[in-house]
Amino acid sequence: MAAVRIPPTLRAEVGGLRELEARGETVGAVIEDLVERYPPLAGQLISEGELASFVNVYLGGEDIRTLDGLDTPVYDGETVILLPAMAGGV
Amino acid sequence: MSRALALSVLDLIGSTPLVELPRLSPKPSVRLYAKLEGQNPTGSIKDRVAKAMIEAAETSGELEPGRRLLEPTSGNTGISLALVARLRGYPLTCVMPANVTEERRRLLRLYGAEIVDSPAEEGSNGAVRLALRLAERDPSLYMPFQYANAANPRAHYDGTGAEIAAALERVDVLVAGLGTGGTLMGAGERLRESFPGIAVAAAEPHPGDEVMGLRSLADGYVPPILDVSKLDRKLLVTNEESVAGLRLLLELEGIFAGVSSGAVIHAALRVSEELDEGVVVCVLADGGWKYLSAEFWESVDVGAAMERSIWW
Repeated sequence: MAAVRIPPTLRAEVGGLRELEARGETVGAVIEDLVERYPPLAGQLISEGELASFVNVYLGGEDIRTLDGLDTPVYDGETVILLPAMAGGV
Repeated sequence: MSRALALSVLDLIGSTPLVELPRLSPKPSVRLYAKLEGQNPTGSIKDRVAKAMIEAAETSGELEPGRRLLEPTSGNTGISLALVARLRGYPLTCVMPANVTEERRRLLRLYGAEIVDSPAEEGSNGAVRLALRLAERDPSLYMPFQYANAANPRAHYDGTGAEIAAALERVDVLVAGLGTGGTLMGAGERLRESFPGIAVAAAEPHPGDEVMGLRSLADGYVPPILDVSKLDRKLLVTNEESVAGLRLLLELEGIFAGVSSGAVIHAALRVSEELDEGVVVCVLADGGWKYLSAEFWESVDVGAAMERSIWW
């Protein structure tokens, strides 16, 4: 089981939860598990089989795009953080 | 030193000091260095970007004399643009979220810039959206737009990165804050030419719930100049971790830096722990002065004191 942190923009889709648990041996599988339970998330997180460009997914505080993407392995007790892509650079 | 003979403060932009951080390094075999961008004339790395963007637009003919500049910025870029605009004779309007610190607003006004507030709850994306809308409505405005302007990464290719490459014989990791991506893309590309095995690592802010301010993920924003595939690491750093990094910098090395620099230090220490040996260069984007009025320095709950603002 991995803990998944949900950003404010996606909480309506998961009944207002800030964090929930999901199963999967890879980040992709964890997201699939989430989408099965909360189908409205599908269109937000995945686009044409890839991670949607406006969502960032972190495992152990590192963006999965600089790890192995959706194939990045997830171990029991790890935390997956979902965040919207935001403009920085003050 | 020839720098004493500069004809304009604009000539003092760049060529910032690089200093070793021996007390901060977790092991003697890993050498940590910091590029002190707070030493630029307005106190941040954005002086390089502002100067490069204005010069590029002047050279291309896009920016006619006296034309008004418009830029979405919650601080440093605006202040740098305000300096360059003042000396080159352009009026400037900055679009920024209403919750930006007072020092930044005051400094902008002192330089003569006008400020347009975007809704605080829409964060930096809201400022970008509003600026794009204003520019579309009024074609007399010229928007340098650091998020999509190739002069931004080029300033770091020609400047920041080239200066680091000239100063060091070896660089294994470059760590910089991720905002527009300009530093990471430009300095990263330049350093990769000199040190092909380099890892380019981004320290990225974990925004507080209240500043995410997006109705849906589709309102998100990825700067066009940012190519994440060119990053080797992208590390999320919380506000608490950033402030812990700032305190370490102050206490161990006597460097008073801004929030993103604390995040860079946090990420650099994480990467350094993983290395057996090597050279890690941290780009410290600004000094701490513009954050003095912020509550987090003396707050027991640093996270709560910071979550309502965007820090970099």
